[in-house]
Amino acid sequence: MSDAWRPTADMTTLRDRARLIARVRAFFAERGVLEVETPILGQGGSTDIHLASLSALARTAAGRQRLWLRTSPEFHMKRLLAAGSGPIYQLAKSFRDGEVGRRHNVEFTMLEWYRPGMSLASLMEETAALIREVLSPSTLSDEQGPLRCRPYRELFHEHLEIDPFSVSLDRLRRLAAERGFMPKGALDDEPRETCLDLLMSLVIEPTLGWAKEDSKGGQGSLCAVVDYPASQAALARRHVDAYGDEVASRFELYFQGVELANGYDELTDAAEQQARFDEDNAQRRRLGFDEVDVDTRLVAALAQGLPDGSGVALGLDRLIQLALAKPRLSDVLSFDTSGC
Amino acid sequence: MANYSTNEFKGGLKVMLDGDPCSIVSNELVKPGKGQAFNRVKLRNLMTGRVWERTFKSGESLEGADVLELEMEYLYTDGDMWYFMRTDGSFEQYAVEKRALGDDEKWLKEQVPYTVTLWNDNAIQVTPPNFIELEVTETDPGLKGDTAQGGSKPATLSSGAVVRVPLFINEGEVLKVDTRTGEYVSRA
Repeated sequence: MSDAWRPTADMTTLRDRARLIARVRAFFAERGVLEVETPILGQGGSTDIHLASLSALARTAAGRQRLWLRTSPEFHMKRLLAAGSGPIYQLAKSFRDGEVGRRHNVEFTMLEWYRPGMSLASLMEETAALIREVLSPSTLSDEQGPLRCRPYRELFHEHLEIDPFSVSLDRLRRLAAERGFMPKGALDDEPRETCLDLLMSLVIEPTLGWAKEDSKGGQGSLCAVVDYPASQAALARRHVDAYGDEVASRFELYFQGVELANGYDELTDAAEQQARFDEDNAQRRRLGFDEVDVDTRLVAALAQGLPDGSGVALGLDRLIQLALAKPRLSDVLSFDTSGC
Repeated sequence: MANYSTNEFKGGLKVMLDGDPCSIVSNELVKPGKGQAFNRVKLRNLMTGRVWERTFKSGESLEGADVLELEMEYLYTDGDMWYFMRTDGSFEQYAVEKRALGDDEKWLKEQVPYTVTLWNDNAIQVTPPNFIELEVTETDPGLKGDTAQGGSKPATLSSGAVVRVPLFINEGEVLKVDTRTGEYVSRA
């Protein structure tokens, strides 16, 4: 008999997973953040160029309709915020086509929360507090001071001796191909963003979130990266940094070389939001990707008024994977996509 | 040949890279939170045996390699080439260069089936079965009664391979050996 029916995680792990999720719920209960559930299917989807959405054909009151499986619960949660929900969180099953690997699964659980009226800096500390509560003390180095914060620019300077904001595109392409194990010229038609992403993922990211800098292995220590290039803002606001460059008001948190959370000072401007969606779809057409229906109801909610504040998405399966020191994401999922 | 995109890459898939046929060893998705995804791929070059690490943009594709794995029996060598014969009833023979045997030359035994990798109908790699039975042609005399003691000694097998065997093994005995590790398993 084939063993293909068996769960991918063992029962002990599933019990540990349940215990850690209970801790997450307690964390938010103590802070008066409301748990919500929002639809997995939506009439609009994420237009993000680098996310591949899954969709389903459903028979609805409107007839046969293409509905999009969420890549994150962001749009519906923002509609709740616009309706006056106050602070909310969700444990959200989300879907990203093609994302398969040691730290990816097509279907995964995202922990997302929104804090109306809270600054990005405070949300960053709150995110760190939650992560520290879930991680076992033995994997976490004992420093409990303020979160270590590294500007994107500083990291590129330190690891690659370039300024990511001003380096020439030629030099950036050559450097990225060389440091990224690609043949010469492989990136000659690629924009800055692709080259920066490659260097960030392959050279810098693995070094982030360790107790001893420049040493991979041993205990981890949370590290936040801030002030991303403005072109990498997605749904974040922008501001001007100390060097006079426009940067995105967002952070990412790393632990033991793994990206765990991505937070924004949320964009609340409906017109700007609509423009970014349209620009995404235009780029999708240029690249030959499928277009995604724009979530017009989100834009309407923003037009009505979203309270200022910040929000963060955290890969819960990854956090559990790190907390339980498991080599593969599938080790902490009852059934991964290949075994579903 | 078909083209395979990075999301079809999986262990064992044969693709062409820089003009050489390669077998994919591993494929790891690397993706910054909001950015372009890449695949870190390890490939074994089937011509040289060397492992290459390469990064591809997710969605990029490589041409499949016209690689076929067939079971063939080893026949003989004339010193320059090694001759194998298909076991599918066609009795077709292939001449194999030493390079395709590599270190595995020491596991050759007549009439044993090997996996021969063909690329464009040329034999580029020969893989022995995981376990093979070979006779001891030379070793120090066995120690009577010593079946449990640790300790080992070298033994030369009929194929020319030298393996560590327990002290009680004698010349003329047939042993089962793991060709992947070069270790003695048991008496055959």
